[in-house]
Order: sequence, then structure tokens, then C-alpha cells
Amino acid sequence: MNRFFSLHRLVALLIKEIIQMRRDRVTFAMMLGVPLMQLMLFGFAINIDPKALPAALVSPTQDRYTRAMVTALELTGYYRFIAPNATEDEAEDMISRGEVAFVVTVPSDFGRRIERGDHASILIEADATDPSVASGAISTLSTVANSALLREAGQGHQESNGLEIIVHRRYNPEGITQYNIVPGLLGVILQLTMVMMTAMALTREVERGTMENLLSMPANPLEIMLGKVVPYLIVGAVQVVVVLVSAKLVFNVPFVGSLSLVLAGVFVFVLALVILGYLLSTVSRTQMQAMQLTFFFFLPSLLLSGFMFPYRGMPAWAQVIGEVFPLTHFLRLIRAVMLKGADFSAVAGPFFALVLFAFGLAVLALFRFRKTLD
Amino acid sequence: MTDLAISVSGLTKRFGEKTVVNNVSLDVRKGEIMGFLGPNGSGKTTTIRLMCGLLEPDSGEGRVLGHDIRTERRAIKRKVGYMTQRFSFYEDLTIAENLSFVAGLYGMSPKRQVVKDTIADLGLTARKDQLAGSLSGGWKQRLALAACIMHKPALLMLDEPTAGVDPKARREFWDEIHALAHGGLTVLVSTHYMDEAERCHRISYISYGDLIAQGTVPEVVQGAALTTYVVTGGDTAQAARLLRGALGVDQVAPFGATLHVVGRDAMALKTSVEVVACQTGCNAELSDTSLEDVFIQLMGAAQDNMQ
Ligand SMILES: Nc1ncnc2c1ncn2[C@@H]1O[C@H](COP(=O)(O)OP(=O)(O)OP(=O)(O)O)[C@@H](O)[C@H]1O
Ligand SMILES: [Mg+2]
Repeated sequence: MNRFFSLHRLVALLIKEIIQMRRDRVTFAMMLGVPLMQLMLFGFAINIDPKALPAALVSPTQDRYTRAMVTALELTGYYRFIAPNATEDEAEDMISRGEVAFVVTVPSDFGRRIERGDHASILIEADATDPSVASGAISTLSTVANSALLREAGQGHQESNGLEIIVHRRYNPEGITQYNIVPGLLGVILQLTMVMMTAMALTREVERGTMENLLSMPANPLEIMLGKVVPYLIVGAVQVVVVLVSAKLVFNVPFVGSLSLVLAGVFVFVLALVILGYLLSTVSRTQMQAMQLTFFFFLPSLLLSGFMFPYRGMPAWAQVIGEVFPLTHFLRLIRAVMLKGADFSAVAGPFFALVLFAFGLAVLALFRFRKTLD
Repeated sequence: MTDLAISVSGLTKRFGEKTVVNNVSLDVRKGEIMGFLGPNGSGKTTTIRLMCGLLEPDSGEGRVLGHDIRTERRAIKRKVGYMTQRFSFYEDLTIAENLSFVAGLYGMSPKRQVVKDTIADLGLTARKDQLAGSLSGGWKQRLALAACIMHKPALLMLDEPTAGVDPKARREFWDEIHALAHGGLTVLVSTHYMDEAERCHRISYISYGDLIAQGTVPEVVQGAALTTYVVTGGDTAQAARLLRGALGVDQVAPFGATLHVVGRDAMALKTSVEVVACQTGCNAELSDTSLEDVFIQLMGAAQDNMQ
């Protein structure tokens, strides 16, 4: 029998861990329940089609072009002009108080310019504090407004100079699309459950005193680590299937890239997470400490990985910190592959970053593992 | 090969500032049952952990079953059965699952048969699917013992294996240990029970890190050089009051209607006891010193040293 690794010992450890996992009903339910619940909550909240968003119109002249455009915009179903004849100050007030999501400002010389075939522009200010809601409405805006105006002015003025629509996304210059969130959510869900469960699994042994017994028997650190890591990898795999299937079936998130590339990325990511959890458990003495460490890690990674706020919008130092979280790299990878259909060469950077994390953490964990009780 | 199963010398272990095991040397012969005694917190568990390779000594060295305790931990773990003081099998696993886990770790085969036989020997066949956590304290101890001898170790280290076990089960437990020792197994067993100490071939007494007495029970009793009087009849309560603190009297312990009076200075003790016996109308007789008297004396001495 090999001195450093033996299958029968690993199998014994695996069986034990899986029985324990199955018997701990609450934790087991949580492992499947948490992803589903989070997905439903986040998923449905962001999936509400942003229809009939309140808007204000600032148009001193209220000419026929303006009316045509307003009608066309309302017909899209996205806009509802609750203040069709507001002054600039009123509109400013309404958007800052959140009563309207959009302010459309048509300058007073707008009609004349259109008729002369001059360059004309309107300003649309959008409350982008909730960019995922605003972006859908904004994207339809320019085409609708443009064609409405062309139709209205079209008869006598074939060669219009076109219309310039200036969009100001206020309060949040960089918009995130809603589809960004579901793939990102996969990363966040995996991160929370995987790291926490594994971190608690080993500390539980220390806390209950079973570690003393385990260490007095001939199991070595690698076997003990694999015995803990592999069952949670399986749980992670189930979570991934649940999230990906419901992303497709429930939320219709487009999936343009290669499934096997996504799965490869997910595998390395989950591996890194589980080993990270294991590493945390080697430095904590109680399950409480393990949980606190997990959250200590979880919150900054949520904020700095690009899940909550656009990565490129963060200050440089924050971006540097963001690089140390596996989640950051995973988000880049999965968004690129799922939504943009990136191939391997395009995501090799984040992929190898994740591999490096998994490997580095494993080495660190084996090194940190206490073979003795001190 | 020597005939020593355990041979350690100068073992020292500190936790922070506190020296928990101080320069302990211990030899245990093969096939011997060595009792390991000492007050709470004296370092018994720590010493045992050092010897099974669960803790790294700060200084000192030694061999367990011929293997170095610093460098050959893996070999030691395979040959030693260690029963922890606190039940440390998985409470959320059944009896059968716990045993097959152990059998798997030691690579025993045929695994099923070994587990089945162990359960049958324990007399737990009917309850093999019960969760270990739901067993009573005594049964947990028996399960733990069965699990540590399943892989046929050459040395057993038992840390207070009979704490909370009823007298009959304790008697059976010791019968089994003697049977195992007869078959060549070496046993190191820590205990707080005097009757168990007396069932050991030899005992070691550790007090706040220092090993202060070692040998057979008569040797240890003799080494303490104590004189004991048994005071009976008359007003023993009054006698106890008068004797406490009297010249030459170190311990006064009532046992029912009798009084054990123990002291190191035989002459002074004799005088004091005779005077008090006269005053209270009691009868005083010289008697054998018990192991318990010796231990109480040793504990008292150690506390004096600590202050
Ligand atoms: N891991 C540890 N860290 C710090 N101190 C420890 C540790 N383990 C034990 N000690 C201390 O070492 C001393 C000896 O403990 P040990 O458990 O060896 O005593 P013991 O003789 O087994 O006692 P008991 O009869 O109560 O089981 C105690 O004072 C204890 O507080
Ligand atoms: Mg102890």
C-alpha cells in the first residue's frame, strides 16, 4: 500500500462524509435551497420587464414633432409620460425624487430645425441608479424616436440631417445589462455555499473532538483534504446544474458560448472555492470562526469583483484588490462565454487565474494543515 | 528489539508559558498494564498525546513500539490503538458505520466480516443501526474500545476509559484488558479509580507535569513511607476535630463510623493519635496504608510545591 495515498482510506473518508452530509438535513436542504431561493429572488426581481416607466417631458413649444415622438414612445409600452408639460426645474425635481425615471427635454428650436433640415437634438436623462431597469427602455428609445420624427417630417423633407439623441445615464454612468446578473449569481451562490460548507466541515471535526481520533488513525493530510473536498464538489455540481437549467428555462438568459467551456470554468472555480473553504477551516478553531472568516472574505469579494458594481468603474486600487478574488475572474469568464460566446483563447487569462488559485490554495492548505493537535 | 513497548525520556510540553508535561520519562514493558494516575489537569492526556504522535514535544525523545515519536508518527499510528478521554467517534453515524469507517482507514479486509464480528463481540448486533450519539455513556465507551482494538494494535493507550461506566461493566472491561494483555498487548491506561490502579501491573503517578512515583502498587505505597491509624468506637467526630492540624497528622478521613488518620512522621502521629483516643474514648490501631491515602498525600505535597 502506498505510504502517502491510499484509495481505501479515501473511500472510507468519502463514505463517512457523504453519510454525515445526508444526515444533516438542514444543511443539506440549505445547499440546494439557498441557490434556488437566491436565484428566484434575484432572478425575478431583475426580470420584471421594465414597462410603463414614468417619464416627464420638458418641451416649451409642444409642437407636432414633440407630440408624435411622445405618442410613439408611449406606444412602445416602456414609457408613461406622467408630466407631459413640465418645466426644467419641475422635471429636475421629479427625477431627483425618483418620481420619474426619465426626463425628455426637447429644445424650443427643435421643430424649426427639423423643418429646415438642420441638425437637431433632444436630451434624455435617465435615472440609472437601477441601470438594469433603465437600459431596456433606453435601448428602444433612439430608434423609436427617430423613426417617429422621420415619419412626421418625412413628407416634405426627404434629406433630414437626422436626429441626435443625447442620453445621460445619470447617477451611474456605466450601465449593466440584466443578463449580467444571472451568470454572476451563479458565481456568488457557489462562492457562498461552497466556501462556507467546507470551512465548517473540518472545524466541526475539531469542535466535536473527532479530529483527535481521526489524527490518531493512519489518514494523511491529502486524504483528509480530498475526503472533505470531493463531496462538496459534488454538491457544487448539483448547484451548477440547478442554476444553469433555471437560467435557461425560467429566465431565458441567452447562452451563446460553449457549454463545455463554461463547465470547465465552473469546475476550476468550485475547486478553488472548496479548497479555500478548507484552508479557512485549518486556521479557525470553531465553526463560528469559520463562518466569520467566510463572511469576512465574502463581502469584499461581492463588492469588488464586479458583481455589484462595474469593475472598470472602480478606482485603480480597488481593481487591484478585486484581482485577488476568484469570483472576479470567474465573472469575467462566465460572462464572456455565456453572453458573448467567447472561445477559450479569449478567456484563457481568467481561466488560468482560477487554476492558479486552486493550485496555490491547495498547496497552502496542505501546508497549513495541522498534523498534530497543537 | 528491546522488550519495551514505550520508552520515552525527558518529555516536555509547554502551552504558552505553562509547562504541562515536565521532563517525564516512562518505560512500559511489553505485555504490561501500566496505570497512569494523577489529579485533574496534571498532564496525563497531554503525555498520552505526545506518545501517540498527536502533539509535538518541546523537548525529550522516545520510542513507541520501536518507532521514534518525532519522526515515525505514521508507523506509530498504525500500530497503536488510542481511546480518547472524550468520546470522539461520529455521533451522527451509526455503530456499524463508525466501525466500517475505522476498518476502511486501516484497510482491514474482509471489511464487512470484521465489522460484523466486532459488533457481534460487543453484543450490539440488534442495535447496529442505532446512531452512536444516542448510545448511553457506558455503551459509547465500549464502542470506542471495540473500535480501537479492531485493527489488532500492539499497544493500547486508554484515556480514562471507564469514566461513568457502571461497576459490572467496569469489571468486564478490566477482564477484557487483562485478557488482551495476556495475549501480548501492552496497555497504558489512565484512571482516577483506586481499584483500577490496583489491577494494573505497575502504576505511574504524574503531578502537575512531574512524574513523581512509579512502580508496583506495594512499591508505591511503601515508597510514600506513611503511617496509618484506624480510629474506631467512641466519638469519632470529636476525634476528627481534635486530630485535624495536630502534630504529625497529615490526613484525617472519616469512613463511615471509622476514621483514617495518616501521617509521615510515625512518632509524632502515634503520640497525637494516642492522646486524642484517650480524650474521646476511641480505639486506635495501626493499619495498612491504602493507595488512596498515598495519592491524597502526593496531591497535597504537589499543591504545597505550587504555592
Ligand atoms: N491545547 C492546549 N492548550 C493549552 N493548554 C492545554 C491544552 N491541552 C491541555 N492544556 C492544559 O494542560 C494541562 C494538563 O491537561 P491534561 O488534559 O493533560 O490533564 P489530565 O491529566 O488529562 O487531566 P484530567 O484528569 O482532568 O483529564 C491543563 O492545565 C490544561 O489546561
Ligand atoms: Mg485527561
